[in-house]
Amino acid sequence: MQRLTHILLPTVGLGLALLVWWGASLKVPDLPSPVRTWQESKVYVLQPLEKRGETDQGIARLAYYSLVRVGQGFLLGIAIATPLGFLFGVSPVLSRMFDPLMQVMRPISPLAWLPLGLVLFRKSEPAALFAIAICSMWPTLVNTMMGVRAIPQDYWNVAKVLRLSRTTTFLKIIVPATLPYMFTGYRLSLGIAWLVIVASEMLTGTPGVGGFLWQEYNSLIYAHILLAIVTIGVIGFVLDRLMGMVEAKLRTA
Amino acid sequence: MAFIDAHGLSKSFTSDRGTRHVLLDVSLSVQRGEFVSIVGAMGSGKSTLLSMLAGLTAADSGQVYIDGQPVRGVRREAAFVFQNYSLLPWFTALENVRLALDAACPDLPRSEQNARARQALDQVGLNNAMNRRPSQLSGGMRQRVAIARAFATNPDVLFLDEPFGALDALTRETLQQDLVRLCSSAERPVTTVMITNNVEEALLLSDRIVPMLPGPPATLGAPVPVELPRPRTTAQLAHEELATHVRAHVVATLTAAMGGRRRRASAATAEPMTSIELAAEERT
Repeated sequence: MQRLTHILLPTVGLGLALLVWWGASLKVPDLPSPVRTWQESKVYVLQPLEKRGETDQGIARLAYYSLVRVGQGFLLGIAIATPLGFLFGVSPVLSRMFDPLMQVMRPISPLAWLPLGLVLFRKSEPAALFAIAICSMWPTLVNTMMGVRAIPQDYWNVAKVLRLSRTTTFLKIIVPATLPYMFTGYRLSLGIAWLVIVASEMLTGTPGVGGFLWQEYNSLIYAHILLAIVTIGVIGFVLDRLMGMVEAKLRTA
Repeated sequence: MAFIDAHGLSKSFTSDRGTRHVLLDVSLSVQRGEFVSIVGAMGSGKSTLLSMLAGLTAADSGQVYIDGQPVRGVRREAAFVFQNYSLLPWFTALENVRLALDAACPDLPRSEQNARARQALDQVGLNNAMNRRPSQLSGGMRQRVAIARAFATNPDVLFLDEPFGALDALTRETLQQDLVRLCSSAERPVTTVMITNNVEEALLLSDRIVPMLPGPPATLGAPVPVELPRPRTTAQLAHEELATHVRAHVVATLTAAMGGRRRRASAATAEPMTSIELAAEERT
């Protein structure tokens, strides 16, 4: 019974959403219906690895370009944010010094960072990575910082009483105690990185799911916009689930 | 000069609501190899005193000497057991003990550290649970690991912060006896300072009991020697005349001090003291 509702209810929800889409497509002539979207998009989905031209590629190829770019930007972001998070977590002076700056930088949209990246790096690829990294680093920074601050006094006592060196305290106490918080940060950061990719590809015109979306909009093939939107959603969902699984594993450990 | 010599220790904490004087002019001497218990009610400043003796917290004034050396930071040969086990949950019992050995003797090869850690755990009867994590151990077993960790580094001074406070009565008694055994079988004399709110526990383990008179600020009462033959058992202590005498003396000192504090407090707030409240305090 429970299994049934687990599958049945989401299916009903999806069906209702398709119904709304179909209804809207009757009212708005430019919006393709679900069926037409599928017909016009199936070549991308059924031949996902096909490369017909520089921008006319199967959906898996496009997704791959985007994922590589997101992966690079995300890794860059957490590579900066994790050590900063540890540093701010152990040092109240530093965290107070940079807290206002962080609060101001956090809500800045990727669309605002991208032109700055283009000015700084003069190429679209590093500018995109810059925007992804700088937008996605905040959850990791904040969570790592919180994780360090949440370390129980007992563990600090162990470090003091056993006279552990700074390095040992960091490796054997601070890192393991902070790990679950860190991975919550990583999951949120990856989510943001994936949000940013679309905007950055649209603005820089690089091949990928976001670039494809913008190009098809300009070519007036609206069904492909919907294909790109669904693809972005599904990949984002899968990424979140994968990170969630890692996170859950660390929490029980 | 005594092995542990503390002179005129005072400590106060300042917060937004003002300054709270926790300890005032506390002095204590402990001889080498002696087991001294500081007995007092919860929140009377016992833990603060212990962490100052151990060098975990700096005193506002006064000085602690251990073996003639002024205490600044935690002494290398000191070991601790805390009430809440203080084991690292991501390490197994063996790894928790080995971490202490690694910090104390970093030059020792890893295999030797492991061997010593195994031996320490063996001594507290945990040879079957070495590779389990703290979450897979009962409270009593966790505290055994903590005790094994403390003795693994062959300390000359042991600080015990309510070490059996979180355990049930049966587990508590076996662990108390284990502690006695480990203290007496150690390679060199172990000087021990334990804080507890349990007079019975202090009677069982100590050479001297020092009542802590609650404040604020708290002070130490006159030490009461426990000249009972060892080994001691709880059952034997229940009947022994000297034990009864010491127990009555310690309880009377503590109760008198509490009554004094209560009278001061009630005079200030004009709140009548009820007999129920007093009885509740006597029990602790």
